[in-house]
Amino acid sequence: MANAVPVSNESAWPRLGLRPLALLAMAGAALGAFLLSLVFGSVRIPPDQVLTILVGGEPLRATWVTIINDFRLPKALTATLAGAALGVSGLQMQTLFRNPLADPFVLGVSSGASLGVALVVLSVGAANTALLAVAGLLGNLSLVVAACLGAGAVLILVLVLAQRVQSSVTLLILGLMIGYLTSAVVSLLLSFSIAKRIQAYIAWSFGSFGGVTWSQMRVLAPVVLGGLLLAFILTKALNALLLGETYARSMGLDIRRSRIGIVTSSAVLAGTVTAFCGPIAFLGIAIPHLCRALLRSADHRVLLPACALLGATAALLADLVAQAPGTSVVLPLNAITALIGAPVVVWIILRRGAGRGAFGV
Amino acid sequence: MSATILQTEALSIGYTGRQGASRVIAANLHLRLHAGEVVCLLGPNGVGKSTLLRTLVRMQPPLAGRVWLDGADLCTLPPRELARRLSVVLTERIEVGQLSAYALVALGRHPHTDWTGRLSPRDEEVVRWALEAVDAVSLAHRQVHELSDGERQRIMVARALAQEPLLMVLDEPTAFLDLPRRVEMMRLLRRLARETNRALLLSTHDLDLALRSADALWLLAPGGVLHSGAPEDLVLGGAFEATFASDGIAFDRRHGSFQVHPPAQRRANLVGDGLIALWTARALERAGYTVGADHTAPALLVTISDDAGRPCWELGVPGGSSRKVGSLHALTALLRTGHMVVADPAADPKLDRMEERGSQ
Repeated sequence: MANAVPVSNESAWPRLGLRPLALLAMAGAALGAFLLSLVFGSVRIPPDQVLTILVGGEPLRATWVTIINDFRLPKALTATLAGAALGVSGLQMQTLFRNPLADPFVLGVSSGASLGVALVVLSVGAANTALLAVAGLLGNLSLVVAACLGAGAVLILVLVLAQRVQSSVTLLILGLMIGYLTSAVVSLLLSFSIAKRIQAYIAWSFGSFGGVTWSQMRVLAPVVLGGLLLAFILTKALNALLLGETYARSMGLDIRRSRIGIVTSSAVLAGTVTAFCGPIAFLGIAIPHLCRALLRSADHRVLLPACALLGATAALLADLVAQAPGTSVVLPLNAITALIGAPVVVWIILRRGAGRGAFGV
Repeated sequence: MSATILQTEALSIGYTGRQGASRVIAANLHLRLHAGEVVCLLGPNGVGKSTLLRTLVRMQPPLAGRVWLDGADLCTLPPRELARRLSVVLTERIEVGQLSAYALVALGRHPHTDWTGRLSPRDEEVVRWALEAVDAVSLAHRQVHELSDGERQRIMVARALAQEPLLMVLDEPTAFLDLPRRVEMMRLLRRLARETNRALLLSTHDLDLALRSADALWLLAPGGVLHSGAPEDLVLGGAFEATFASDGIAFDRRHGSFQVHPPAQRRANLVGDGLIALWTARALERAGYTVGADHTAPALLVTISDDAGRPCWELGVPGGSSRKVGSLHALTALLRTGHMVVADPAADPKLDRMEERGSQ
């Protein structure tokens, strides 16, 4: 092809900008939040002591080692992974469905995961066990598998419907209907269940990062990291999908394969987090919007890591507040994420002027 | 003749319904597109232009026959290879959110980049070249959602260009644009085809512009007949008239444009000359009169005269009243409301003029 590529004025051109500084700042914030969540809790442990414990040294009090290693560290890691997973999963869904209101939960995926968990907890679990105290790897796996199957089944169903309907609003309504259906089945299960199991289920639905032990972490961490890796591999596809499926196909994207990949990654991320931490609403929808507003970009090569980092930060901070430092009260995590997060997101998006046509809001 | 980029061989287009029954829209098409050529696909609504375009860009399979793109069978090209030879500009309005025009054009490099989507220096060069080619360098920094329709369309053309295709297919690229922007767009597309030696196929409803700027027309007539040739050939051969034949619209071969007016039943005689007479005749035609200078037994007599340096029109019914008006708007309003018949000869023409001003 005869492309006479002229020499152009270098400085006049915009840079595509992967915003390394902004991402670095976000990573710093995530790290800070991580350390804060180790410092604060029902017992306050000085930061230098926390660092001492982390590097394997001897702190002033021996009990602190247990607190950090057995409680706060797994909880902070869980929050980090869950926040990153939900942020990325929400971003994927919003781009795939080209709908700013989409997140894995709006489309009924969370309800699917809840149904999977409800089936395990309410009908299979032993009568005297609280959820997730179904200790041991097998118990974890069955829960994760149940939640993932539930989430995956719903997402695939939504996608099959997505092939048939053209309007994403229709699809959203269908997703909501699926959500209602699964919620109805959960309600039926609840009504036939005994009080203890119902209590366990409700406690699970409040959401918590605290229930994950080290042995459970061995399941959670690899699965979430795998899902995130798959999401990162699919950034190019997500960028192409910005223009809609017709354009994406015209640029050589294998839509079917990309869609399956994106759905798989998103379902695995949302399903796993829901299984271990309960249905944590809000982060999945809010974090992508927050990242778009802060970075003023729609490029997934920036948005995806940003959503992971900001999601982790938000989850860590929300958990910190939910612990109500200095008290022994633990607030429902779900209430905290939305109660504090929603006004913050509204404020930032309005202030940064996400603008007309700026993918929602 | 320059290199053939696209060629169809006994192509049948249409839809396959349930139980294998197919609805053929056009059959046995033998079409050719050459490098450096702009071809406009024209046809009345619903005749199957979109189906033809969709088939040629592999968004739907042909019912029969073959499409050769640069010597390769369109249906067997791997998606990535196809995307390197063929790019599209669609009518659908895209919502990309916070993306600069530059980043949008860079998305066009998709079939050329590796799995990470990272742009090499050569990719960036092509993006810049594409922006320069469509005169959109100054838009590069702007956010896509801030652009006007015309600017956005230029960026979408640049994106398609950045794919470095041999053939660009544009579905109604001039829709949503005002007349100057449409002319600019066509001029741009012609220049691109010439300078980059690519083939451009576009569908349009803009007959006038297509007649004036296309190197060749594909005229898809009802019944699946496709006439192809230079615009002038098609006009002289009568294919143009036949394709768009319809009530209330007539193709004027002399001017190469369509005349739109309701069937005229009444005759009017017009006295006057120059530009004013031309436009008065148009106003009268619009109102349903056949305008002449010496019709026998006209229903209306219009005399253009001068009222202290401003034009005015005197309307008369033969053997009846007459009346003066100060604008063509007032004239057509009079004809429309039928007041002419019972017009008050004493009416002050200045009053009409005042009303006209007041309503503006």
